[in-house]
Amino acid sequence: MSDFTPKITAFVCNWCTYAGADLTGTSRMKYSANVKIIRFPCTGRVDFMLLLKAFDNGADGIIVSGCHPNDCHYTSGNFHARRRWIVFRNLCDFMGIDSRRITFSWVSAAEGGKWAEIVNSTTEKVIELGPYKRYSQISKDGFINEFEKGTING
Amino acid sequence: MDSLRRKAQQLLESKEVDCIIGYNEGSSGNVHAGFITTPGQAEKLIFDDRCKQNLGVYLTKHEVMRLGKLAIVAPVPVMRTVLILTYECQIVENSVKVLGIGLDGQFLDFNEYADIEKYLTDHCNEHPEEDKKLIEKISAMSVEERWDFWHETLKPCIKCFACRQACPMCYCVRCQVECNQPQWIPVQSSELGNMEWHFMRAMHLAGRCTGCGDCGRSCPLGIPVHLLTFKMSDVVLDNFNTKAGLTIKEPSTLSTYKANDKETFIR
Repeated sequence: MSDFTPKITAFVCNWCTYAGADLTGTSRMKYSANVKIIRFPCTGRVDFMLLLKAFDNGADGIIVSGCHPNDCHYTSGNFHARRRWIVFRNLCDFMGIDSRRITFSWVSAAEGGKWAEIVNSTTEKVIELGPYKRYSQISKDGFINEFEKGTING
Repeated sequence: MDSLRRKAQQLLESKEVDCIIGYNEGSSGNVHAGFITTPGQAEKLIFDDRCKQNLGVYLTKHEVMRLGKLAIVAPVPVMRTVLILTYECQIVENSVKVLGIGLDGQFLDFNEYADIEKYLTDHCNEHPEEDKKLIEKISAMSVEERWDFWHETLKPCIKCFACRQACPMCYCVRCQVECNQPQWIPVQSSELGNMEWHFMRAMHLAGRCTGCGDCGRSCPLGIPVHLLTFKMSDVVLDNFNTKAGLTIKEPSTLSTYKANDKETFIR
């Protein structure tokens, strides 16, 4: 698996983790380049469907990160998000979606080092787990794809 | 059952309610929902083991609302439905008369919803044993086996949305599944789309499911989709120690939070 370059999607909040990731860069800390960062107003805004869509579109791993509890710019967005992720992770487990590939974390604007560590450790773990084919494969085999390829007339 | 009929007749005679939603004898030994509007029809009301449909689903339908003041024959899941719908501002507190049927099959006459809350504190419905066993069986599989299990189980789903229509909690006028900008879930039945649809349904019902099991019963293909929402109820109970629909004062689990919610996976 040494030639496997994982794709990792990070859903981060604008106020803490995005600023934290900025700090990682301005502090010249090197971290794994596999991550594609998507900036959200708040972790409370990260719809669980977006995570499923990321897997559908070929992500091998996902990071969701925002402000520490009590630090939310909107007071309670991360608290709501935390409840949602507790339920989400359990449902993923129950339906057989590999929740080991999803890293949840709190990274503040001052924690540039922690962000580098989160990305690096997630990348290592995903490399260890290998490409996530199971999820995206069934959409490739599915009806839409046949339709798009033109093998089904309609 | 006689006390239920007597009460129904009295309510209609005194014009306290205009329509009673209850169970009627159907053809070939089936029961169906009945809308009783005259005192003479009250004797058509039945209640036995076959009466499992969650009649609460009709409370948010406009054509039923137009019938006037409503009463509803309510086994425990329907009582919980009424309380959730009240909290979620779909019905006004005490506006729908509840003709309760207790866990032991006894008729319960509730004057106000506070009485239902009191009754439910120690008479809440549990998941049926066979469903508990199935959930345990699925939970004991490995992640890959579970994925294959659900993939195979949900593959035949034709996306008729009977599970959605049967569920009293799925009352959105426009479901997310019908949104096409962006298109979250493919319209037609497809392997991934089916997984996504049932995943989404389970998430939207987490902390709101009353455990009536109507979604699974309504499925024309016999897919046990209720296991997903039942599992979510278990998760919510384990993590937040709450059950849906026991009170009209507290929001559902996912629309609120506690500063000290416990988790072990966020780094």
